Amino acid sequence: MKQRSVWESFIEKVIFIGGISGIVFLFLIFAFLFKESFLFFFQYPWKDFFGGTQWYPTSEPPRFGLLPLLAGSLVVTLGAIAISVPLGIACAIYISEVAPPWVREIFKPLMELIAAIPSVVLGFIGLVVLVPFLKQVFNLPTGLSALAGSITLAFMALPTITSISEDALTVLPREYKEASLALGATHWQTIYHILLPAAKSGIIAAIMLGLGRAIGETMAVLMVTGNAAIIPYSFLQPVRTMTATIAIEMGEIVRGGLHYRALFAIGLFLFIITFTVNLIADWVIQRQKRVSG
Amino acid sequence: MEGPIKLETQNVNFYFGDNLVLKNISIRIPSNRITAIIGPSGCGKSTFLRLFNRMNDVLEGARVEGKVLIDGVDIYNSNIDVAMLRRKVGMVFQKPNPFPTSIFDNVAYGPRIHGLHKGKDLREIVENALRQAALWDEVKDKLHRSALELSGGQQQRLCIARCLAVEPEVLLMDEPASALDPISTLKIEELMQGLKERYTIVIVTHNMQEAARVSDYTGFIYKGELVEFAPTVDIFEHPQNKLTEDYITGRFG
Repeated sequence: MKQRSVWESFIEKVIFIGGISGIVFLFLIFAFLFKESFLFFFQYPWKDFFGGTQWYPTSEPPRFGLLPLLAGSLVVTLGAIAISVPLGIACAIYISEVAPPWVREIFKPLMELIAAIPSVVLGFIGLVVLVPFLKQVFNLPTGLSALAGSITLAFMALPTITSISEDALTVLPREYKEASLALGATHWQTIYHILLPAAKSGIIAAIMLGLGRAIGETMAVLMVTGNAAIIPYSFLQPVRTMTATIAIEMGEIVRGGLHYRALFAIGLFLFIITFTVNLIADWVIQRQKRVSG
Repeated sequence: MEGPIKLETQNVNFYFGDNLVLKNISIRIPSNRITAIIGPSGCGKSTFLRLFNRMNDVLEGARVEGKVLIDGVDIYNSNIDVAMLRRKVGMVFQKPNPFPTSIFDNVAYGPRIHGLHKGKDLREIVENALRQAALWDEVKDKLHRSALELSGGQQQRLCIARCLAVEPEVLLMDEPASALDPISTLKIEELMQGLKERYTIVIVTHNMQEAARVSDYTGFIYKGELVEFAPTVDIFEHPQNKLTEDYITGRFG
């Protein structure tokens, strides 16, 4: 009896430590990120960081203007959204509503298999196939461009968006579809007016999850965007994203120096963006749930 | 049989794959009457009902032989527009199935997709349909609330209103009261009496009392065959067939 209660309390403690360490690690990461970024802002005016249009970390004096990097990230991400969201939803509709059963059986696992391709491999394919292709089609000096980054990211987000949207459409009660068809709606009217709105929260979650994977992605984007830290005026220009900047420069700087801290400031800013996006997504999904009961 | 004929089948066989579900059914259903189809579970009565709005087409492996006529027109003819057919032949399902949108949008859906609201006030169409379905007074103050907040009986009347909003000629009802409490059932039955002036109603039910209460004609389907079809009074008081008699007296079912 005694032995058993000792064992019980031992197990409880192990579980407790497991749980609490996750929170502690998270807290430490926050603390580290905040500390380094605040030290940066003591040494470098925040106005020049957020308002600066030049990222020249090695010039004299160094310039840490975030805008080109922010613009690079925005352009690549928005491009990825514009490509992957319509395509992903269209794919999901095709698989769940239009495709004959045998196509569905093949298509869905295949789509999910794409999600298993390591992002570096996607970046590599982008570099050797997509980039020369874009160079040729648009007659560019280099195919390394924001568009190449967008397409690569879109390809990465696509399987998640398709697969989860398809689930959201498939789990809808068959009664909705029957009721709509019985009222004389066509198949497409039923999909557009009834099924898509009813699956809206699932589809939004799918988009968020798909893009969540894509936005944080660094390597594949870094490989195909050309990494020029300039504010782009078109999709066909090279850009450099915030994540790529951290990845490229972190290896060659003095630990504890101003440049080092500038990269942490970018990290903090990225964190705030992702956190806000997640918060909004959560809010949207909650609101959806309330409306559709 | 008095009055004009609205729906008719001639020697209809219906298959799911290799399975013969309906066998050689010929029936003539009169206009502006309530016709009940009774029979034990799995006898094919719902499948029979779904012949008339071609809802069986949705299912894999469905095949129809023979003729199904509405106003004398073969609806399985290849140049029939199925969407237009279904607009003319409304259906109320066993389980209330409102869309997960507002009460108003549920009723307005049909008129919107068919463009019936052009030159007309959509609100008026919706109000009219809800009044016909005896639901208006209960929901007029919460038209923009979710339809899923309504009770089961109200949801079913909403589904009826949704059907009526596209101005059908026929109402097919597939055990519309089987998921409802007795009071809601009574309301639906009263409603049907009012509706038959304007619509031809076919109701499938496994509840014989219901068939006896609401219908003018009754057909008895057993194992995919139409055993007997006659005025309801005759079916329940002088059944011609031994099977019918056994079924309505509760000897099997």
